[in-house]
Amino acid sequence: MSNDVLVVAEHSDSTLTDGTFELIGAARGIADSWGGQVVVVLVGDAALASQVVGADLVVTADAAQLSDYTSEAYESVLAGQIRQREPGAVLISMSTKGLDLAAALSAACGCPLVSYVVGLEVDGETLVATAQIYGGKIMAEVAIESRPAICGVIAGSFPADAGSAAGAANVEAADPPDLATLRTTFVALRTPDAGDVDITAADLLVAVGRGIGSEDDIELVQELADALGAPVAASRPITDAGWLPKSRQVGKSGLKVKPRGYLMFGISGAPEHLEGMRDAELIIACNTDEQAPVFDVAHYGTTLDLFDLLPELTERASG
Amino acid sequence: MRVVVVLKQVPDLVEEFEIDSDGTDIDREYLTFLLNEFDNHALEEALLIKDATGAAVEVVALDDPDVDQALYTAIAKGADRAVKLVGASGEGWLDTHTRAAAFAAWLGGEGYDLVLTGVQAADDLDGQLAPMLGALLGVPHVSVVVGVEAADGAARVRQEFAGGAVSELDVPLPAVIGVQAARAEPRYAAITKIRQAQQEGGLEQIDIDRPATSSGLTVRRMYPPERSDRAEMLTGTEAEVADKIIALIRDRGLMQG
Repeated sequence: MSNDVLVVAEHSDSTLTDGTFELIGAARGIADSWGGQVVVVLVGDAALASQVVGADLVVTADAAQLSDYTSEAYESVLAGQIRQREPGAVLISMSTKGLDLAAALSAACGCPLVSYVVGLEVDGETLVATAQIYGGKIMAEVAIESRPAICGVIAGSFPADAGSAAGAANVEAADPPDLATLRTTFVALRTPDAGDVDITAADLLVAVGRGIGSEDDIELVQELADALGAPVAASRPITDAGWLPKSRQVGKSGLKVKPRGYLMFGISGAPEHLEGMRDAELIIACNTDEQAPVFDVAHYGTTLDLFDLLPELTERASG
Repeated sequence: MRVVVVLKQVPDLVEEFEIDSDGTDIDREYLTFLLNEFDNHALEEALLIKDATGAAVEVVALDDPDVDQALYTAIAKGADRAVKLVGASGEGWLDTHTRAAAFAAWLGGEGYDLVLTGVQAADDLDGQLAPMLGALLGVPHVSVVVGVEAADGAARVRQEFAGGAVSELDVPLPAVIGVQAARAEPRYAAITKIRQAQQEGGLEQIDIDRPATSSGLTVRRMYPPERSDRAEMLTGTEAEVADKIIALIRDRGLMQG
């Protein structure tokens, strides 16, 4: 058993994600407390090892079967690394890959897992994670007594610059995993059609969520948006229902936006949505639940009924 | 083809949450429990597969609060069999590791082609069920899925990534899928059909042993998030609040004209 902290690197378009550097920064804090090293495991594109800073070691795994993501192939590499290195902790982002891998690794390697982690500290020798559960309404402080402890970390929970400290890492290749028996086959990656309005380019967005209740009432939000000259954005339930196109979805599985103004109607503020818009400069939220997590990120809020407020706003914006 | 949908009840997130007297769990006494919304999508996806292929859809759950309602609703929507496994849950929160072990043990004795469940749940603090089940059963698993088409011992699965990119994967069956969203909005069941299912009582209850497993986690405390940066609440009538909001937008130069 070592005192090292393993970080699962993520990349897209040949670039390591911000989330990777957030994890490296968090890992550094833990590894320093334990007297261990920060080891980044980079699956799929060994050339990206040169982008890693702030770690002690980068372990690369590069093979034809790893060039496109499948849970099976990645798990094979990561489980191998966990068994071989016996780290104290493993940090992984709660992205699609994290949601796919973390719990499987926990079961396969027999190590504990905490999901939705937003804070990590070492108490004595014990890793203590703070997790955000019940849609962001409750925080849980969790001690992980046995090692290695896998932590699924919510993006944006740690500063990326802490993981971007100067200093290149040593690089070594992982022992080749057994990829001969993979059952899952990658077919194709499809990216969404461009052509709709680009909500990431707008100064002001009018966002609508589940509280609108019905497809017909989207019109009320559209009228305000038109009057303000702003595009309509949406939370996941609205695009899942097909009431607005996917290109309007803000959040973890949608787009990240940073407009100067973000008006929210009927959005409770699940962590997945907040992840996509919390950096907006002015956030005004309308939600009837006074306890809704959205009011933790909004600068201004109202608990008035959106059906009463929207027509008043539209009238003034049209004036 | 046998498609099994694993269901779970979770507290209604709209309600106000209180912490129990130990400070290490939520107080469940006055909470309403509903079907995990992602499990509802998993059920819908299974019913779409049934519509297309004639597959048998079975739903299974542990003895969660108000779970009968969810199981009968699934029957009313078109599930062919509903099973409640009794004996794994106690009072309070049940970790995903124990859930996964209980379902894996039952599924292992059943024979199945496809297992669908929600990608996550609001209380899966120790991890998500689908990947854990896949690992325990030793079959392929894919999560964050937005479409499954299954036929002839294989499934084509659409897995969603940030920004709406979708990866298409082929997996041989059996496999476990964590559903983010079904291809269509989950259907509704008529109240009369749910009542009819309840009256017919077609719910199979199976006693199981509580698996000898745990999450390995110790919850030291639970608490509501600190609210130091709460929004400044705008008060007044609709007209007054609208005036204030328009003024805020205008002050930032965000009003056209």
